[in-house]
Amino acid sequence: MATEILMPALSPTMEEGTLAKWLVKEGDTVASGDILAEIETDKATMEFEAVDEGVIAKILIPEGSEGVKVNTAIAVLIEEGESLESVATTTPAAIPATAPAAPQEAAPTPPTTQAPAAPQSDLTPDWPEGTPLKSQTVREALRDAMAEEMRADEDVYLMGEEVAEYQGAYKISQGLLDEFGPKRVIDTPITEHGFAGIAVGSAYAGLKPIVEFMTFNFAVQAMDQIINSAAKTLYMSGGQMGAPMVFRGANGAAARVGAQHSQDYAAWFMQVPGLKVVMPYSASDAKGLLKTAIRDPNPVIFLENEILYGRSFDVPDMDDFTVPFGKARIWREGTDVTIVSFGIGMQYALEAADKLAEDGISAEVIDLRTLRPMDTATIINSVMKTNRCVTVEEGWPQGSVGSYISSVIMQQAFDYLDAPVINCTGKDVPMPYAANLEKLALVTTDEVIAAVKQVTYR
Amino acid sequence: MAARKSTKKPTASGKELTKFYREMLLIRRFEEKAGQLYGMGLIGGFCHLYIGQEAVVVGLEAAAEEGDKRITSYRDHGHMLACGMDPGGVMAELTGRAGGYSRGKGGSMHMFSKEKNFYGGHGIVGAQVPLGAGLAFADKYKGNGRVSFAYFGDGASNQGQVYESFNMAALWDLPVIFVIENNQYAMGTAQKRSTSTPDIYTRGQAFGIPGEQVDGMDVLAVKAAGEKAVAHCRAGKGPYILEIKTYRYRGHSMSDPAKYRTREEVQKMREERDAIEHVRKLLLAGKHATEEDLKAIDKDIKNIVNKAADFAKESPEPALEELWTDIYADAATA
Repeated sequence: MATEILMPALSPTMEEGTLAKWLVKEGDTVASGDILAEIETDKATMEFEAVDEGVIAKILIPEGSEGVKVNTAIAVLIEEGESLESVATTTPAAIPATAPAAPQEAAPTPPTTQAPAAPQSDLTPDWPEGTPLKSQTVREALRDAMAEEMRADEDVYLMGEEVAEYQGAYKISQGLLDEFGPKRVIDTPITEHGFAGIAVGSAYAGLKPIVEFMTFNFAVQAMDQIINSAAKTLYMSGGQMGAPMVFRGANGAAARVGAQHSQDYAAWFMQVPGLKVVMPYSASDAKGLLKTAIRDPNPVIFLENEILYGRSFDVPDMDDFTVPFGKARIWREGTDVTIVSFGIGMQYALEAADKLAEDGISAEVIDLRTLRPMDTATIINSVMKTNRCVTVEEGWPQGSVGSYISSVIMQQAFDYLDAPVINCTGKDVPMPYAANLEKLALVTTDEVIAAVKQVTYR
Repeated sequence: MAARKSTKKPTASGKELTKFYREMLLIRRFEEKAGQLYGMGLIGGFCHLYIGQEAVVVGLEAAAEEGDKRITSYRDHGHMLACGMDPGGVMAELTGRAGGYSRGKGGSMHMFSKEKNFYGGHGIVGAQVPLGAGLAFADKYKGNGRVSFAYFGDGASNQGQVYESFNMAALWDLPVIFVIENNQYAMGTAQKRSTSTPDIYTRGQAFGIPGEQVDGMDVLAVKAAGEKAVAHCRAGKGPYILEIKTYRYRGHSMSDPAKYRTREEVQKMREERDAIEHVRKLLLAGKHATEEDLKAIDKDIKNIVNKAADFAKESPEPALEELWTDIYADAATA
């Protein structure tokens, strides 16, 4: 039976090429793997190998031919002992080049021009009324969250630099080595890329690691394992396996530690499907969200803040307190403007709201708590009420969390806006060391107040 | 430190030789078919064929036990077939169809099988090495006596994370076998132009990891070395390195200019060192099989591969809803 040898596609984008040279001639016997011809494209010259064995009965396209379309028959192969004449009457059994039909365009959701109805947002309180409260630092709350989850699940372990014997570079893991031992509280060498990869591999195999990065600045060394190995595997495996784990540590500026130790990575991680991103402000959220993060079957980025570690907040004194992802917290209700923030940005947002109240401006302050999933419903509902919005974050302005929020508000509540949304961010510079310059680089309460006055035309 | 080249000549029964012949031939015919489908436009993107290297995975799989884990790079079709994954499911993933192992969402470089303990299919050179050490970390944590095979190439052996993994694997006695599939070319860069040490396995010495170099065109030598490495890991002695010298007949990927090595070099390897031909000769010389027996096997393999290709062509494209599935695991069902 004769088979047509077709002009091959030698790269994903190749549509045609030059048949530069034949390395076989009519009558030659070829085996699979033998080089038949050299094909030239605009990018490279490549060798083209035989797939089947047989005899080259006829060369249809002479060497030197340019612009030969992919899947054009270039030669005819027959089985040994056959002659071309004996098979010429039958149609060559060339397999038609049936490239799969282009997938239908997924019908996009048409952007609505009308202002939509108010979205549903969950306003239930984080803990039942009457629950006793205790004052606790963010540091203690994080430690308690890990200890409770490690008691509940043998597969949870903590790994990172100085988490065990040193008791944590920022003392977050204080006491955990004593309680859980070196099998589950593991000091690593200073090798972020490597230990992040080991943790992801162990998560594929069913463990639930908590990876502590001393600060998220060092997580940049491990970015490939976080994004390519942890975030994408569930999708790439068609749902067969993923990485149930938490990457946590200090994020953002501390004080006077310079450019390489002072960056807010919220916007970077928030962009990645497959990751969940949490950035708590209060101690109760640090505790409740970290417990949720450890239980979540997906990779969670948990962004803490060194300055907040020592700050105390009320934490509910109850068994198994958790906070769900994707639920913002309204710290302060108001009617004139919506201030949206998260993490340490909340400090400026709340201070600004206090001062604005003295000037008779009523600000509603929303703490997003989780950035992915993001509770945009609560933002939209608030903006429908206040008609104005200011976002506050420590990260850089271009591609910021605030710029994403602005676009969501434009698409979902454009007709409700009485002023452009303003994003208060860190300045567009690497963090300077000098005290006066550092202060200038960070977002400030005064800037939030000025932005609110601008959007309220005061 | 047991860092030396293997010298013993291992042997095998006729039954085992026949099994090796079948398994290696399946990989070769499968890859040839994949190359054909690529040329027809049925497979897109990147496609890295394993032709020439078949003895590496077939030999090592013969040394593995039920429950052992494996992870590799993007040149992964051979590993999947060797650990018993279905050729139709693999081929259908290559064609991007719903019947593929990742339901068409992974492609040639990204396939997984929880059932067969195959942990991918990874596209970033070297990333699978700490991941493989992590699989072993989980086994040690659980104390289940399992061993993991982390495959990577001579090219990947210059990635920093490989040595970060060596360090921690040795420090923590992880039961992982680092398998360096040395096919002598990192894409188009010859080993001597990219790698300061001619014998890559010796790099483990700096971390106290024993290792050896193995003839990767001899499936029996590979199996024997694999058994030794597995025994070492299973005994709780920590990691082991196997540098398996092999050769890739085809290009790095489908678009390979073939300018970095001579045609004669490739031809010489094919003619003189081919792993399948080697076993074929052993089968015939030992009178374990006749030409007719082998022809029957060839025919059988051809049928399996043709069936896989038919399935891969007929399986529908994934439903459009699949775009939005498997991004997050459901917290409620976890």
